[in-house]
Amino acid sequence: MKISNMKELLEAEVLCCEENIDKHVYSACGCDLMSDVLAYVKDQAVLLTGLVNPQVIRTAEMMDMICIVFVRSKAPTDEMLALAKESGIVIMKTDKRLYEACGLLYTNGLVGNKVK
Amino acid sequence: MGEELVFTFDVDGDDFTSAGQASVQIKKNLRQLGINPEIIRRVSIAMYEGEINMVIHAGGGEATVKVCEDYIEIILKDSGPGIKNIDQAMQEGFSTAPDRIRSLGFGAGMGLPNMKRYTDSMEIDSTVGVGTTVVMRVNIV
Repeated sequence: MKISNMKELLEAEVLCCEENIDKHVYSACGCDLMSDVLAYVKDQAVLLTGLVNPQVIRTAEMMDMICIVFVRSKAPTDEMLALAKESGIVIMKTDKRLYEACGLLYTNGLVGNKVK
Repeated sequence: MGEELVFTFDVDGDDFTSAGQASVQIKKNLRQLGINPEIIRRVSIAMYEGEINMVIHAGGGEATVKVCEDYIEIILKDSGPGIKNIDQAMQEGFSTAPDRIRSLGFGAGMGLPNMKRYTDSMEIDSTVGVGTTVVMRVNIV
């Protein structure tokens, strides 16, 4: 699924790295616990979270994730956006809750999730 | 690659928000060296969890990464309180992290297990009241 399709499905706003929204993601992870995110290897994944601190960006970077969606209208700080820009990670925010956002992506075909 | 390359970082223990900077830098360095992306990911995740642990539990420390011909070695050394029971600390879900850290998305007892998961070998040498040294290796070939 293209990041641009996710943006439409989630009625999301792109906050940085919009130039990368034509990239594809093949799996997703909905989680507020970064240690759990780090426990699984995923290829070209998107992270959906309600947690807002710079470690969210670093976690995504370590996992080679290319997009983060902040749910429940959570807004990342300028510091977080600067970190994301350095790595080319697309940042979006949506009004939807984590459960609904994950459900929308899953039912529209983003189901891949390979556990190591 | 004939000679080993060594990178050393001071890990600041005062600021949780800056934790992980050394891992980000190592990831960039390894990319420049043309290391396999999967190897880079394993090294950087293991080191990142280690950095987070040093900041949460030990007030920071020193991280050294050696890039050798056949493997990459990560050495994390701190002068923190030490680990009382290493077997217990290795269990997924066991944690002594404070609630403040849990609210930031860490401290769920996954750090050490994740470090082991992503590396080919891991040794922990810890003395209560003295400090902890963790040595991890990821094989390149």
